[in-house]
Amino acid sequence: MTTTAPAPEYSVIGTRPIRHDGLDKVIGRAKYAADIQMAGLLSAKILRSPHPHARIKSIDTSKAAALPGVRAVITAADIPAVASDRMQDLGETAVRLRFLSSNVLAGNKVLYKGQAVAAVAATSAHIAEEALSLIKVDYEVLPPALNVLDAMKDGAPLLHEDMLMQEFGQRTTKHSNIANHFRFKKGEPADGFKQADVVVEREFNTAAVHQGYIEPHAATANWNVDGKLTIWCSTQGSFNVRSQVATLLKIPESNVKVIPTEIGGGFGGKLGVYLEPVVALLAKKTGHPVKAIMSRTEVFEGTGPTPGSYMKVKMGANKEGRITAAEVSLMFEAGAFPGSPVNAGAMCALACYNLDNAQVDGYDVVVNKQKTAAYRAPGATHAAMAVESVVDELCENLKMDPIDFRILNGVKQGDRRVDGPAFGKVGFMEVLQAAKNHPHWKTPLTGKNRGRGFAAGFWFNAGGPASCYIAMNPDGTVSLIEGAADIGGTRAAIAMQAAEVLGIPADKVTPTVVDTDSIGYTSLTGGSSVAFKGGLAAYEAAQDLKKQLIERAAKIWETTADNVEFEKGEFKLKPSYERKMTFTELAGRLLTTGGPLAGRASVDARGVGPAFAAVIADVEVDPETGKTQVLRATIVQDAGKAIHPSYVEGQMQGGVAQGIGWALNEEYFFTNQGTMANPTFLDYRMPTALDLPMIDTVIVEVANPGHPFGVRGVGEVPIVPPPAAVANAMKRAIGVRMTDLPMSPGAVLAAIQAKGNGKR
Amino acid sequence: MADKVHVRTTINGEATEFLCEPRQSLLEVLRDVVGLTGSKEGCNDGNCGACTVLFNGRMVTSCLVLGVEAEGKNVTTIEGIATPAGLHPIQQAFLENAALQCGICTPGFIVAAKALLDREPNPSEQRIRLWLAGNLCRCTGYDKIIRAVMDASKKMQEVKAR
Repeated sequence: MTTTAPAPEYSVIGTRPIRHDGLDKVIGRAKYAADIQMAGLLSAKILRSPHPHARIKSIDTSKAAALPGVRAVITAADIPAVASDRMQDLGETAVRLRFLSSNVLAGNKVLYKGQAVAAVAATSAHIAEEALSLIKVDYEVLPPALNVLDAMKDGAPLLHEDMLMQEFGQRTTKHSNIANHFRFKKGEPADGFKQADVVVEREFNTAAVHQGYIEPHAATANWNVDGKLTIWCSTQGSFNVRSQVATLLKIPESNVKVIPTEIGGGFGGKLGVYLEPVVALLAKKTGHPVKAIMSRTEVFEGTGPTPGSYMKVKMGANKEGRITAAEVSLMFEAGAFPGSPVNAGAMCALACYNLDNAQVDGYDVVVNKQKTAAYRAPGATHAAMAVESVVDELCENLKMDPIDFRILNGVKQGDRRVDGPAFGKVGFMEVLQAAKNHPHWKTPLTGKNRGRGFAAGFWFNAGGPASCYIAMNPDGTVSLIEGAADIGGTRAAIAMQAAEVLGIPADKVTPTVVDTDSIGYTSLTGGSSVAFKGGLAAYEAAQDLKKQLIERAAKIWETTADNVEFEKGEFKLKPSYERKMTFTELAGRLLTTGGPLAGRASVDARGVGPAFAAVIADVEVDPETGKTQVLRATIVQDAGKAIHPSYVEGQMQGGVAQGIGWALNEEYFFTNQGTMANPTFLDYRMPTALDLPMIDTVIVEVANPGHPFGVRGVGEVPIVPPPAAVANAMKRAIGVRMTDLPMSPGAVLAAIQAKGNGKR
Repeated sequence: MADKVHVRTTINGEATEFLCEPRQSLLEVLRDVVGLTGSKEGCNDGNCGACTVLFNGRMVTSCLVLGVEAEGKNVTTIEGIATPAGLHPIQQAFLENAALQCGICTPGFIVAAKALLDREPNPSEQRIRLWLAGNLCRCTGYDKIIRAVMDASKKMQEVKAR
């Protein structure tokens, strides 16, 4: 474990206190969405489509409704009709409202196996499940379009007969599964390739992979006769759920209160609603609270993975090692409805490099698969797999060190991305230098069938609105109220930023994430934004409280605020500094000297600092079985400022682990009929403790000037480099360049055999 | 629907009786009948380990045990690991080593780690990785979990040596 250098200018930031919500989580007392219990609670189950593409001719729910114990059955007919093409923001992605509605309960067509078609509320989950088998749906089965290249062909079965392709910002007259084709261009790639001494061109395919959070989706709703709807759910954005549910059900947002429970992982997959509108409608129909919990198979089949993709990358470099041109094409499977993260992928694809001549094309393509959702740096990992593999091959051809090559071509402040924006202060060079100086990079790797790979990655990070209240308690502690779901320790990171301002230890702050009626608007937990924007809100709220405390001290001392100094948890009267009051002493006097005090802030955090990361991976490939073991992995990442270094390291390690799973094992394996063949954790192989080494971390801190403590955000970028780093390592281990994910044992073995036969 | 069965068992040291349907899993009974929601359902087919409990001292995934099988048995869940005197050293080590992020897998890991250290007080890193391979964590990459178990093992032996 590499620790950060101590921060002498801070007393709380950079330390590693025990997280505030930790105790409840190690004794089993923390309440997650499935743990909600209340009197009169009914259980709901969802009927899902057995076909990847079919027209719903009729649904007969009469037998199900008649089963003893069943209280209500609903279908899409119970959702208020939504014809709107208005875009509903899902946080990191967006979707047309009518598509979101169809994804919650299918209307006249099902577009993937697993799409929700009807729902039952009953006195027990078992009865609800029995009732599902009594619902008769008459389907007219249609031929499916199952992968991106097939779906793009003229004459492919159309998912949305009325959808017209958008191209270069214009709506065309062409009916197509291609929802959108766009292009970013800088300079003239054709000219750039003329200057190249080496050109590498490769094609890549990646399978859809799931976020894989261990907690399945769950939601409970209660709809009172006065029209007030309360929803308990596991979500990355309680205010997002509020607006999505209110819009879909055509009720005022103020009638919806969302109570976020603890959330058992999300990684982008818990931004859109699935169960919430369904249990709400069932609660309205039955007059009872209704709870639904997805099974693991429902999570795989009915919620969004990240897209499968087909990508083409062509890059050229001159003998000096300068990249002269790059051309990238990304074709992403959006799933059943438009809205894959191909835009973000396209913006990230070449973001590590300062290029004069480059072009990126993106295609958002609907296929008869699950509607995709955000997954940790959505789109960027796909693109990095392709671009970083080609960069590695350029380095091989030029006989250049992969880190030196990136130092030569990497972006610095002022350089422009292909899609336009110029970088502010960024730490890519610092990341690369730290990687170059790391013992892992400097220690030679020995042994047969072993290789070392390197790859870099970029993610924008995000900001947005956030709110925070801080109330003083008489004992010198403070209660901190915030609105962003805490998936991985952000309560601690936010409380620590308030503690730093107030000059008190982190454990004197009690942070609580509250419901949508109890805090100002706070945007979602996504985009690596919470420690940044929530931290800024906490910083401002603490400043607000501090100002009031100084005024109160001045009042007690019968002077003015400018004569009071506050330092390290102590108020002092200027100029002699003989009269002093500690934070706790003043806290105890508030009620008798003018009343309680609280600080508040609502911010729209805009000074986002982007993140860069680099991964070094050592692998050993078994040529007999094709199995790849990661022997050693190191991640170097610019955090801006690590508020709680342990949880920053945790994000880095977790991202690398997911990236390795994506690289080596994980995939939605579809049959020719469009059925996912592996919707369980037995067959969808996520990394176990036995599959991974310790993951070494180096936190680089190039402060973000847009945040008072320099925070950038850390959650997403660590997943971006690992698949390419592993692929690059495998190339050196076995001499085969793997271009398709996952690089599973079967695929590796086939590639080794193909090479043996002289095919590669 | 079959009649409910009357089951007499011991949960976390307390004599406990409950009624359950023969088809209900021990996990479902613990969560929905007894009200102990610390054991989590991540997969309901024995592959994620979030529902791990001790069954007569043996580590099992409670989703693969029927409620009626608890008759006359001794069940320990995450709620029974700490004592009124304080946290178990494994729980303390998880907190101090930041070995959890979202926390949904944490109960299963702590119960599984206890089952290991009860048998083998001083396991190697590799042994811990093998033992915990039945518990999935999607947040941490396991690094800090493995370190927490090694840390707990060390501290438990120091206490024993005193």
